[in-house]
Amino acid sequence: MSDLVKVTIDGITVEVAPGTSILNAARQIGGDIVPPAMCYYSKLEGSGGKCRTCIVKVSKGSEKDPRPMPKLVASCRTAVMDGMEVQNITSPEVLEARSGVVEILLINHPLDCPVCDQAGECDLQNLSYEHGLQKTRYEFERRTFERIDIGDKIQLHMNRCILCYRCVFVADQITNKRVHGILNRGDHSEISTYIQTAVENDFSGNVIDVCPVGALTDKTFRFKNRVWFTKPVDAHRNCNHEKCNGKVTLWYKGEDVLRVTARKDQFGEVEEFICNECRFDKKATADWVIEHPTHISDTSVISSNHYDTFKPLPVIKENLALQEANKVELEKTAKF
Amino acid sequence: MLKVEEQQPVEFSSTLLSEADEIIKRYPKGKHKSALLPILHLVQAELGWTSVPAMDKVAEILNIEPIEVYEVASFYSMYFLQPKGKYVLEVCRTGPCCLVGAEKIMNHIEAKLGVKEGEVTKDGLFSWRGVECLAACGYGPVLQIGPEYTFYENLTPQSVDTLIDDLRKK
Amino acid sequence: MGRKLLLEHINVPGINTLDVYRQKGGYRAVEKALKTLTPEEVVEEVKKSGLRGRGGAGFPTGMKWSFLAKPEGVERYLVCNADESEPGTFKDRYLMTYIPHALIEGMIVSSFALGAKTSFIYVRGEMMPQIRILEKAIAEAKAAGLLGKNILGSGYDLELYVQPGGGAYICGEETALLESLEGKRGNPRIKPPFPAIAGLYGCPTVVNNVESIAAVVPIINDGGDEYAKIGIGRSTGTKLISASGNLVKPGVYEIELGLPVEEFIYSDEYCGGIANGKRLKATVAGGSSVPILPANLTLKYANGEPRLMSYESLSEGGFATGTMLGSGGFIAFDEDQCIVRNTWNFARFYHHESCGQCSPCREGTGWMEKILHKLEHGHGTSADIDLLWDVQRKIEGNTICPLGDAAAWPVASAIRHFRDEFEWHVKEPVKSQSCNYGIANYAVPIEKKIEEVKQDNL
Repeated sequence: MSDLVKVTIDGITVEVAPGTSILNAARQIGGDIVPPAMCYYSKLEGSGGKCRTCIVKVSKGSEKDPRPMPKLVASCRTAVMDGMEVQNITSPEVLEARSGVVEILLINHPLDCPVCDQAGECDLQNLSYEHGLQKTRYEFERRTFERIDIGDKIQLHMNRCILCYRCVFVADQITNKRVHGILNRGDHSEISTYIQTAVENDFSGNVIDVCPVGALTDKTFRFKNRVWFTKPVDAHRNCNHEKCNGKVTLWYKGEDVLRVTARKDQFGEVEEFICNECRFDKKATADWVIEHPTHISDTSVISSNHYDTFKPLPVIKENLALQEANKVELEKTAKF
Repeated sequence: MLKVEEQQPVEFSSTLLSEADEIIKRYPKGKHKSALLPILHLVQAELGWTSVPAMDKVAEILNIEPIEVYEVASFYSMYFLQPKGKYVLEVCRTGPCCLVGAEKIMNHIEAKLGVKEGEVTKDGLFSWRGVECLAACGYGPVLQIGPEYTFYENLTPQSVDTLIDDLRKK
Repeated sequence: MGRKLLLEHINVPGINTLDVYRQKGGYRAVEKALKTLTPEEVVEEVKKSGLRGRGGAGFPTGMKWSFLAKPEGVERYLVCNADESEPGTFKDRYLMTYIPHALIEGMIVSSFALGAKTSFIYVRGEMMPQIRILEKAIAEAKAAGLLGKNILGSGYDLELYVQPGGGAYICGEETALLESLEGKRGNPRIKPPFPAIAGLYGCPTVVNNVESIAAVVPIINDGGDEYAKIGIGRSTGTKLISASGNLVKPGVYEIELGLPVEEFIYSDEYCGGIANGKRLKATVAGGSSVPILPANLTLKYANGEPRLMSYESLSEGGFATGTMLGSGGFIAFDEDQCIVRNTWNFARFYHHESCGQCSPCREGTGWMEKILHKLEHGHGTSADIDLLWDVQRKIEGNTICPLGDAAAWPVASAIRHFRDEFEWHVKEPVKSQSCNYGIANYAVPIEKKIEEVKQDNL
């Protein structure tokens, strides 16, 4: 079984190990054809399959059995077969179904991005920009919950939750004891401890990083700033915790470290989970060895003022007249 | 709503504990969590509802985290997370029963008991609620009363009156 | 009179006891299978019988059995799905109440065929009386040497347990049932892997409906070929139909598959017609999940041919003009019933029963219920009907388990066939609160060979 299998996603063929999911095969290709994932998390076993945003069309099952799959499938939980052909952004059916999922995810969402700490780095926000409608067709009262503090460092804002279960998997797999879970059923489901218990654990802060929306936020950063006004810098320290290697991203405003998070990869997943001491208690530059500015995708709102050198559109790059006309703008973007 | 801190500590009877032991033996080694649903039924039959202290105790018996019990108890509709009347009249409110008058029966029960769905009568005897299909569609309207879930079929306002009066006298 | 295989002795006094059941030929199948057949031969008989899963999906039982993985040294399980909760279906309750040994005998033979040493009957928690009945019957069988170690001296061991559910329709979905049996929330699993590879406790598992298991008994007694002679086409054997709604004689009937729908509704042997001398407006032929049909399409295909009670015939015409046999929950609506109200009622059911794991079902079922509530109570607009159509389309096919489809189909079919009635609720918001739309043209008989049938392109 060591042989690689061939899968074609939106016309691009890639060879991957057997058992790889369609989503991970797409991630190996990269770019726009990677389906969005709100609940799947490669570092959390058993995650995925729930949010349905990563659905794709399998137009050819495999070389052996070329029949298409009858329904759209969750790419995060469907393994590739040799010769499989998958359509993601080339299938209008997929895009329509996905925008349906996004619409449905938003009907009970408070849409409170202006006061949400997650805004600017929120998967749901990004997704609704890409696929959502301009207005809502849902005209009923939205589901609401009380905000609760689960411990003194983490706030649960259940209204925003999309029930991806990632934080439950983190508690099960990364921490040594789970005290929160999914209660109730259907659209009454909620993340809760049921009784007022603090989530106290050396690694509990990781639930904040894996939360795709603003349901679990860092109270030490609450309302301190908008993320796009802060400057992320990669740093490390010698952490004494056996399971934490102290590699983090520091989010600066001026000279102050406003928050500390794990480092995230291009798909928004943390590279390595960090301990609570690093996250909550080490907020002085002196605690850290600074490495370099964090690479932020230039499509992210976070990068809008910082770091990445301006990449002029090709049309400007090759045209001196246009460069001259855009001189002021070009100078502004070269400031950092 | 009874708050968690107001909930009294509980002791399970020795019968319950030995029945629970018997149930746990059914499952392969290490799979004793399977006993959770049956044991919760025993607890509710004994205490009338599943309080937090009771669920914590169940977690102890099964050697699992309390949250695992809360998750399960809150998922299934048969476990009461709040105290109820001694008799809970659960009336089927799904399509086929409604075709033969379940809504009328529910209105009648509400008027007869003088309490709204989910509430408890002052004497602590009765609660009622609409539940989804009880798989007795051909004998509708139907209602059931725990903890043995005795069935009452082909209900009429008169038969409901008799039933409630009989239960009052018990 | 159609042949009765499951309910032949249902009216015999004391048939719920082991003695009477045995006097009437009970446990012959256990003797035959355990003493004269190999497990493979039992599977072969079931395959030959053409038996299709009686729980709703209609997947061939023998084929399901043959998919079971058999790795060395790993336990295999048979789990009987007695979580009967589909609105309109109450046949399993009937069977378990009155003739519990039929199920237990079926469990023994089926477990033997699959090589299971421990089997479970997962009964919905609300059926506590039936749980007690089964437990008593199991104790009887065990005392008679039909369960436990070395059954009837054959060397085959089997333990059989009854597991109560906790009140959740979703646990009728086989992987949700397995989760529930493991003491967890009834969230359906993401497939693959299928239970035949990794089911209960990660071991290969077969999950079968009560009626499917019980049907194994006559199949082994008379042979798969004999069983296959009953019925029509690929719908072999007999089927228990739960008849409810506005019928003269609602109840559970065993029919030979292929019985004309008209005969089932109107003949005195079965439902005896519509109650109170009223006319039939619509039916749901296979439990609340299947598409609702107006009376005329219930009785006949769009081309005027009579419709039969079989898997194929009920689905003739696809969803445009047909429905499904499903679990055999036959609900009849008389002329005074309101389709909008009923659709709202079913939508509320699915909203209540959605497990909440995947987004389209969790959020969409609630949305549909709210729109339908609005329409039913005279606050709707025609745009709401279109929106409702759109929402159900966004749920169907996009969920982890079939509950999403089950929630979408009744809504879709109600709009497809009864759009006039929905629009009447919009146009007559006041009137619709005090009286019903009535039968309209829903029962106008379909003439044979009509060239075109009205079909919305929805």
